[in-house]
Amino acid sequence: MVSNTGWMRNQEGLGLWEHRGKVAIVGWGQSHIDRRWDGVSLDRSCGGLTKEACLKAIADAGLSLDDIDGLITSAETRAEQTWAPRPYFDPPYDTEDGLTFTSADWIQRELGMKNVQYRVSDAPYIGPMMGLAAQAVGDGLCETALVWYPMVNLAGRYGHNNPQNNSDEAPGPSAFTLPWGYQSGAMFNNLVIFQQYCKKYGKSHDGLADLCLNLRRNGLMTPWSYYALHEPYQLTREDYLNGRVIEEPLVIYDCDRPVNTCAAFIFTTAERAKDLRQKPAYVLNHAQNGGRGRSTMATLEEHQEAVASLARKMWEGSGLGPDDVDIFNPYDGYLTFTQQFLEGFQWHGVKWGEAHDFYADDIRVEGPHPFLSSGGNNGTGRTRACLFSDSLEQLRGTAGPRQVTTRNDTALAGCNTPDSNGFLMLSKHPD
Amino acid sequence: MSTIPGLERPGPVPNDMTRPFWDACNERRLVLQNCTACQRLHYPPAQRCDQCGSADNFQWKEVEGKGHIDVYMVIRDSRIRGFRSAQPINFAVITLDEDPGINFLSNLPGTPPGEVPVGAPVELIFEETSTGQLVHEWQVVT
Ligand SMILES: [Zn+2]
Repeated sequence: MVSNTGWMRNQEGLGLWEHRGKVAIVGWGQSHIDRRWDGVSLDRSCGGLTKEACLKAIADAGLSLDDIDGLITSAETRAEQTWAPRPYFDPPYDTEDGLTFTSADWIQRELGMKNVQYRVSDAPYIGPMMGLAAQAVGDGLCETALVWYPMVNLAGRYGHNNPQNNSDEAPGPSAFTLPWGYQSGAMFNNLVIFQQYCKKYGKSHDGLADLCLNLRRNGLMTPWSYYALHEPYQLTREDYLNGRVIEEPLVIYDCDRPVNTCAAFIFTTAERAKDLRQKPAYVLNHAQNGGRGRSTMATLEEHQEAVASLARKMWEGSGLGPDDVDIFNPYDGYLTFTQQFLEGFQWHGVKWGEAHDFYADDIRVEGPHPFLSSGGNNGTGRTRACLFSDSLEQLRGTAGPRQVTTRNDTALAGCNTPDSNGFLMLSKHPD
Repeated sequence: MSTIPGLERPGPVPNDMTRPFWDACNERRLVLQNCTACQRLHYPPAQRCDQCGSADNFQWKEVEGKGHIDVYMVIRDSRIRGFRSAQPINFAVITLDEDPGINFLSNLPGTPPGEVPVGAPVELIFEETSTGQLVHEWQVVT
């Protein structure tokens, strides 16, 4: 089921989603969040945090363990880089299940769930995974799905221990990139595209400062966030402009902070959602992008067309348009590509090249343009799930100090990059 | 060795599809796949044409080594061993004059880090990697 992509809505021309308004998110749970696991406390291990998030989500929905008949998760927890040193005793051991990921079988066993009939442990990262979950419930593969996404941050520097980065040879497709120092798409290709954007529209890196500061502000208004818990102070413009340079012009504050945490969500049918504890957030559509550019580096024009296509897919499947989207939580890790989503979806009328001017206007949650009310991954830590959980809270009206003062009927959220992502359209109303 | 001090580039490993490309580099020639049905260049090498979908019309075509600098950034904290000893180092995107839809990576040998003339013309050169395999590089036309 999951190994193929038949469930995806990654093409234009598919029409209104066949399960539009018939699936809802009715529960959410967020675990404790740390920078890293201490290697000792089992309740703060990946498995411990996953259990915490799942139990909170089930309780939030007003359900019991016996109500869950579907389990969906991703093995893409950012610990999949096998070259990261493991913080526990040396191999051999037969599995890392519960330590660097938590499979459906693991959580079913640990929580003692008796009625599970549908299990997926190899869903993609959270953006498309949320679409997979909505489709699975809509298709009747399960009625009530528990969906969780742990993020695992092992000690050590990303990639420095990767054998490929310490080899004299560049095999396969890397032969055309590695000899010139190319590392990762999200960082390198998207930074190239950011530079093309600045060149085309006469903008500069400084134009991201307002977005960065506002995301941290929103993150500090999120009680569970990494920054609210561990570094509860606001950044200044000077901090941002003088941030440690990673790959010029990218600075440390453009990069979301890797963390150790888990978020869980409950998807069920609109019918089942009627008499549950929370106001349902109905799924009006899900859509995905997956592709690459023509040559070595994808270009700004190719990414703009990718997001424009994603938007067309989202409008077509949901029956909504740019003016109908109240809450907008697109991915921000790295900060350099968020503008493509803002402009491609034309949220609040923003056109190509206008994002930095929009950031410099009033994007506070209490203002008229509460962009990324979640605080994003830069404001909360790299959970990715914050994009979806804030959307839920805003629709429910339970976002506390982050609650927007604008209309809050619909929410659009998703990740990761403009060319590779999955988005979900949510609404208070099923029709 | 590279002409950039401290730089040790990983050497490309040819496979069945890419061997003609890398063999040509060792002869200091830049050849790209050309779909003779579409007259469309492909780089990096592909299994089939991204326009007509056919794998049967590819021919290797030598291109003129002229391009322009599109954009650049500066690598200051590389994950790649052979680059950590050379940083800060330029990382530029070069468009091919014959077809600006084709782009290449370049560290711009001869151009100091951060002093990159965006939009300037560049010409093809070749540099040695850790394995002795030559790779295509670009330098600013003076
Ligand atoms: Zn062709």
